Order: sequence, then C-alpha cells, then structure tokens
Amino acid sequence: MPIHEKQLIRPENLVTHDELVIDGVDVSGHWSTFIESRVVTDYNEDMETEIAALPGGEHIHRCWQCGSCTNACTVNALNERFNPRFWIYLIRTGMEEELLRDKDIIWQCVSCNKCTYACPRDVNPEGVMKATSHWLELKGHTEKSPSMHFDEEFAAQVFKTGKIEEGRIIRGFFKRTNQALMQDWLVEMVKRLVRHLPVKLLFMMGMANLARPKTRGWGGAEAAVNEYVAEREASNRKALGLDKEPTT
Amino acid sequence: MNEIKQQSVAYYPGCALEGSGHAYDRSTRAVAEALGLGLVEVENWNCCGAMEVKNIDPKLQTYLSSRVMSIAKEEMGFDQVMAPCNGCYHNLKKAEYDLANDEESVEVTERLSEKAGHATYKAGGIETIHALDWIKNTIGEDGLSKRIKKSLKDVKIANYYGCMYTRPRHIFPEKDQGPGSESTSQPHFMDDLLAAAGADIVDYPLKTACCGGAHTLSDSDTSTKLVVNLLRAAEAVGADVIATECPTCHSGLEMHQVRAEKVHDIKTDVKIVYFTQLLGLALGLSPRKVGLHENISDSLGFFKQKGLA
Repeated sequence: MPIHEKQLIRPENLVTHDELVIDGVDVSGHWSTFIESRVVTDYNEDMETEIAALPGGEHIHRCWQCGSCTNACTVNALNERFNPRFWIYLIRTGMEEELLRDKDIIWQCVSCNKCTYACPRDVNPEGVMKATSHWLELKGHTEKSPSMHFDEEFAAQVFKTGKIEEGRIIRGFFKRTNQALMQDWLVEMVKRLVRHLPVKLLFMMGMANLARPKTRGWGGAEAAVNEYVAEREASNRKALGLDKEPTT
Repeated sequence: MNEIKQQSVAYYPGCALEGSGHAYDRSTRAVAEALGLGLVEVENWNCCGAMEVKNIDPKLQTYLSSRVMSIAKEEMGFDQVMAPCNGCYHNLKKAEYDLANDEESVEVTERLSEKAGHATYKAGGIETIHALDWIKNTIGEDGLSKRIKKSLKDVKIANYYGCMYTRPRHIFPEKDQGPGSESTSQPHFMDDLLAAAGADIVDYPLKTACCGGAHTLSDSDTSTKLVVNLLRAAEAVGADVIATECPTCHSGLEMHQVRAEKVHDIKTDVKIVYFTQLLGLALGLSPRKVGLHENISDSLGFFKQKGLA
C-alpha cells in the first residue's frame, strides 16, 4: 500500500547517509534521505465498528477526509499532533498501533465543537473523539483520563441529587486524581473571591457545602437514570466484545 | 396573574448560577426588575447535564434537559424558558433538536420520564431562549437606550460569546436567518445591547473562541493557554473589559487569569464582567446590586474611576 499520509512517516524511519555514492553519483547528505519501508499487517478490522457503537462515534463512516475538523480544531492550534482527521483515518483503516501512539492526548478534546461546525459531512468529530477516548479506556489501552474522572464525579452527583455543588465536585475530583486541594493558584483565587464578600454570603456558601443542594421530587428520576446507565454500560461493553454472553 | 404570565418567562438559572456564577443570577434578576420583565423560576429544576453527562451518555443529557422543559411547559404553562447559562441554553436546545429528529432519543426520554413520574416533554412544546434573546426581543436596543441612566461611554468592551452559544449550528435553527437574527459565526446580540448602553465596543476577533472550560481542572495547562490567548487578544485591541454571557466562560477566564499569574507569571489586567452586570450599572443599579463584589476579577475601582459605581 502506498503511503499517502505524511503522519505515517515516523521520524525514526527517515534515513540519511552522510556519504553515499550510487552508480557513480554522489548523493551524500540530504540528497540520500529516504523513508525506510515497513509493513503493517496487524490491522484491527473491528476498530471502526466498535468505536461507531459507542455514543458519539455513530457517524464516523461518513468522513471523506477533507480535514476541516483539524483545520478548525482548538487543541490542534496548541499541539499539532492533535489531529482528528488523521485519527479518523487510522480508525477507519484499522491501524490500531498507529492510533495508540497518540492514545494519551485524544481525551484532551475540549468539546468546543468547532469541528462539528466545520464538518461538511456531519461526522460529529467531537463525538468521535469522546467515543475514541472511551474505547481506549474500555480496551485497557489507557488509564481513565482526568477528564473522565471529572465527568464521572460530576455525573454521579447529578444522578444522585439532580443537581451539583461545585465545591463538592472540585474536592471529589482532586481526591479521585490524587491532587492536592491547596494549590497555590487555587488558594490565591479563593483569597481574591472572598475579598469583598459579605459574611452572610460566605455563610450561605458554607451551608451549601454542608447541606447538599437537591432537586425536590428527584427520587423517581434517580432510579430511572441509574437503571439506564447500567444498561448502557453493559451494552457498550458487549459491543466491544468485553463481556461475552455466557454460552449455554 | 394572566397578564403577568404573558410578560414573564420561565427562568432556568442552573447549577452554576447557584455557585460560582451567583453574580450572574443576581445581576440577571436585578436587570429584570429594573426593566420590568417578569422571571418565574422553574420549580424543582435539575441539572441540564452540563458538559459532563453527555460523555457518560448523550441521551441522558437529553432526558435531564427535557425534564426542565417538561416542568416549565406542562406544570407551569410557559411558552418560553430563559437560560442565562450557555451550557443550559445549549443543552435545552440540543434536547429540543434531538427530540424532534431522533427516534431513539424520544424513546429513552419517554421511558425515563414515565419511570420518574412526570409528563414527557414533546418537541415543539416550549421555546428555549438565552438571556441575550430575552432582553433583545422584549426591550430591544431602542427601549434599552431610553432607560440608560449612566452611559457606558468610556468603557471599551470586548464581547466574548464562547462555544456553546453558537455551536453546533444545527441546534439553533433561528440563527443565521438574515437581518435581525443572531449570527453563529459573528454573534452580535451582546454587542448590540452594550452599544445601546453607550459602551465603546471594540472589534474582538476571538468572540467565539474556546476558553477550555470543559477541562478547566482536568487539563488546566491547556485551559490556561487558551484563556491567556483570549485575555491578551482583548488587551491588544484595547479592551478594558471582557463582557461575558456564560458562567463557565466567566469563571474560566477569572480562574485562569489568576493561574497564569501565579503559575506562569503572565499578568493581564483586563476586567471580566457579566454583560448583565454592565447593563445593570448602566441602568443606574449599584455595584452591590449587580454583584460586582462577587467576581474574582476586581473591577470596582475601574468602574468608580469611570463614574459608574
């Protein structure tokens, strides 16, 4: 298969000879630069289907590789390795090993939806990024990302009480990710926050921390949501072949 | 009662406005009172799912948002629900779109609503509007400029709309409909309102850029970089103030302005203020009434100097 993806050329496969003469022609230095060929045999033919089965990944098959997503991408502007178009290409061609080289940055999608706005094929690249991070975690290729820890902490509170309380989320998230709560910049922020606040408001904020805000009449919804979440988790795992149904 | 109801909208503050965005809630209510607009808070509202629940399952976010619309419509009888928070506004709009176009979303919402014991929300039942639509469509620029007591004339403002107010475009079918409608690529409702309040609006190229709000804590370095970009760009075009209309953007800008200073030694001085706080000051309300003291970004001295506080 001819290489038609610049990103598939690994820097370590670029070879240059300082002194080289071929058929009497001196091609020393950059004249002799060539790409060492390599053979990819371990295509994962299920990868696209599996990612398409997870929420957000449904429309990955529509992609025609125009690159509008990467061109519009907020994170790509900070880190050129963050390349949604390329990852969609790798997923659709089953190049799992190549995708895994970027496994630790895919979760960094900030969900700004500039890609979704730009996409002419309604691929929903933002959703594909989320589905891909999910896939990487479920398959055990990566640890749970900080972002997923945050989402889980947040969602758990919403499911339980119908609402969130930010202080509790921050504490819960830092605990889950083993980070210190007393970071310099957070302390400074709180100092600036309380500078002008009247005692009464501070007292109310303290109370919100103690008495967790709750949506009245949430009980029924809590049960319904929890049941649905469990059902979805099971079906996602099944789609990825993680829990084979017992054979009878 | 009926007459009040006709002028009122159902008000969905959302979780952030009970916490870090309390100044936005306070100033929204103060501006409503000053303009004679009725706000009736949605009873027993719940979280819309914010930016997190969709990553667990998007259809759950649809259900959560539909419950808010169901209460506002079926139990309270409103035709419009107003959300000042971009996240809430976006999620209600997204739920509306999904319930009108995706059968599976309808099925899940029906099933969960039935089990939870409330009426199922049906697409087309209620119109979700942003605080910007609400003031623009009820009072308008002319009505607003007539009520201005202290013009914002010496205040240079960069209007920052963030991501969720305009993207993805398909969930905002009323936008990009020609003159008078909001634009998804160059939103201008906040520019229009603050200009009517006398402000000197600067041309801000990053009005719909991302602040990294989704990863404020989980990927702080990325968020700080994005926020520093926004702050520096605003200062480069001469803005004194960045006007915000989203509590996530607002607190993201405030937090990472502090973080950039403490962690990266990058200092910026542009003030971060909710557009409702700016309108409130222009309507003659006190800084305390619009919650200026609840912001982390300290703008009180600046507004005093300009004779607005």
